Amino acid sequence: MKPVARPVYLNLFRIHLPLAGWVSILHRVSGALLFVALPLAVWVLSVSLANEAGFRRIAGWLTHPLGKLVLLLLIAAFAQHLFAGLRHLALDAHWGVGLHRARQGSLAVMLASAGVTVLAAWKLFA
Amino acid sequence: MKSSGAHTGTGNWLLQRATAVMLALVLPGLMSYFLTAVPLDFAGWQALFAPLWLRVLMLLASLALALHAWVGMRDIFMDYVHPIGLRLALYLAVIVTLAASVAWLAAVLWSVA
Repeated sequence: MKPVARPVYLNLFRIHLPLAGWVSILHRVSGALLFVALPLAVWVLSVSLANEAGFRRIAGWLTHPLGKLVLLLLIAAFAQHLFAGLRHLALDAHWGVGLHRARQGSLAVMLASAGVTVLAAWKLFA
Repeated sequence: MKSSGAHTGTGNWLLQRATAVMLALVLPGLMSYFLTAVPLDFAGWQALFAPLWLRVLMLLASLALALHAWVGMRDIFMDYVHPIGLRLALYLAVIVTLAASVAWLAAVLWSVA
């Protein structure tokens, strides 16, 4: 049987996602970003623990504005992934599934990760 | 196109959730352990990794992280990468990256003590 042809409309700039959709795609993007960061983090750790010079090198990077910006991006990704993941676990337990509660949950995820990011930015740059 | 047998989805789903709960409990604890110690010098930084329980905890957390990341990256590739050869190559790259990261972390942690 031939499947019914459905319209395909994938202009990313014209698609309007609901808030839960944004939480979902950001969960995916932040997860992929954290995957890429894992080997880099192990490398940074190995250099920083190897000897005094390596420790100073990493300390220098992490006090450089660009290094701080990368760190802030990773903190934001981790916070978003953590809170969106907790929401997923709640949804698995059928908690917060209704449309209204799902929107509230999405908003809570966005606010909590934004809060952590702002706090981290303040600690890093102020 | 299916690249996996029946019933593997449930197992992966459970693995993803179980490791998620472990990571949600362990990672904030590890972060606060390190954050309460900074700023410090090189000797102090090395001393933070001296306790055996910390190294074991970090290694277990990295194992959970590797399994969690494997399920997640696999989901992403299943959704977006359809040529089966390319998808399998990406799977292999993810597995090698994760396994190497965990082994490397173990080597780093046990070279400190």
